[in-house]
Amino acid sequence: MYFFCIMVFNTILILISIAFLTLAERKVLGAIQLRRGPTNVGFFGLAQPFADGLKLLGKETIFPKSADKFLFVFASFMAFTLSLFAWVVVPFDEYAVLIDVSFGVLFILIVSSLNVYGLVLAGWASNSKYAFLGSVRAAAQMLSYELSMGFVLITVLLPVGSLNLSDIVIAQSDVWFVVCFLPLALVFFISILAETNRTPFDLPEAEAELVAGYNVEYSSIIFAMFFLAEYSNMIFMGSVFASIFLGGWLPLFPGITNIPFGFWLGLKVTGLLFIFIWVRGTFPRYRFDQLMGLGWKCFLPLTLALFIFYWVFFNLIF
Amino acid sequence: MFVSVIMILASLIIGKSSPDFEKLSPYECGFNPFEDSRKTFDIKFYITAILFIIFDVEVVLLLPLVFVLNFCLPFVLVFLALLIFGFFYEWQKGILNWA
Repeated sequence: MYFFCIMVFNTILILISIAFLTLAERKVLGAIQLRRGPTNVGFFGLAQPFADGLKLLGKETIFPKSADKFLFVFASFMAFTLSLFAWVVVPFDEYAVLIDVSFGVLFILIVSSLNVYGLVLAGWASNSKYAFLGSVRAAAQMLSYELSMGFVLITVLLPVGSLNLSDIVIAQSDVWFVVCFLPLALVFFISILAETNRTPFDLPEAEAELVAGYNVEYSSIIFAMFFLAEYSNMIFMGSVFASIFLGGWLPLFPGITNIPFGFWLGLKVTGLLFIFIWVRGTFPRYRFDQLMGLGWKCFLPLTLALFIFYWVFFNLIF
Repeated sequence: MFVSVIMILASLIIGKSSPDFEKLSPYECGFNPFEDSRKTFDIKFYITAILFIIFDVEVVLLLPLVFVLNFCLPFVLVFLALLIFGFFYEWQKGILNWA
């Protein structure tokens, strides 16, 4: 019962942070484009995401007549559930992990693979050309970048000797892994952008050619669930990046113990998400062949080579 | 999971529904859809998926290395060499070229 309460509480907090991330994105993009972003609803527009959510809840759910209705709903259901499901392995504090599994990193890889299914189902079930093209692209892109993600994760885990995220964080108490593995951190960051379909790589939903990609037929709350899933994945990947490279819940300045550790994780994730939005505000979109070329011809050989380099290096040291 | 079920049900109850032929037909730039959307698509996507499976299995097979750092150096080198050879073969065959 206690566990269940924690779970529900955690889910609610994640949903609230997703809501505020959408607001933050609009505010930061507004600032980049010398606008002010949403200002009217609530104090400085702070209630805007909740107003948007309620509006979407009240809209009509359109089922296209050629769509497979069960899969149509199930796709958004699956995407949203999986994106919340992944959160159980993220350590917020030394003992604050929902399920402290010994294979946390493997779990992250599994869930991010399964995320592809939601998008493919959405594209196939809506029986529309744009949705289908978008979902096929999304699948190819996410698969390609998952490989470099996997290699980066293995390489970083070599000195840790464990797949548990808490152990990875504790292993960084002397020096953050971003210092030792800077090239890997950069590759991982770009892979995250591609994995969560963020802007330089948002080809699955390129509005100039595919209108909205896999969710073109979606409306109302089932669209909102895709939207929430995307942002939840962003925050989740941000916290995975923070846990693996930026020392997770370890304080920025050693010796400060009177601030809860979760605060530091939040600070790091917020910084990363700001960079996500900043990238969206500044970079133009890739072409699809460039995207696949970057994934397969640049990142995959690079991470393979770095893996072998670090592996031999650690073998020589230890 | 509970959250998503609750959200779908809430929207089905709250949302209004007024079906209409144009609204329910698949979206296509203002036209009526004029082709089956279960179209053929580029074989490249399929090949990418197959390559992904090979390399993903490789990642999973390499994961135990994390626990045993000094384990079987020649074995791992041969394993990686085979995969890298295969990878460059694919590259040279032009499978990785999207254009």
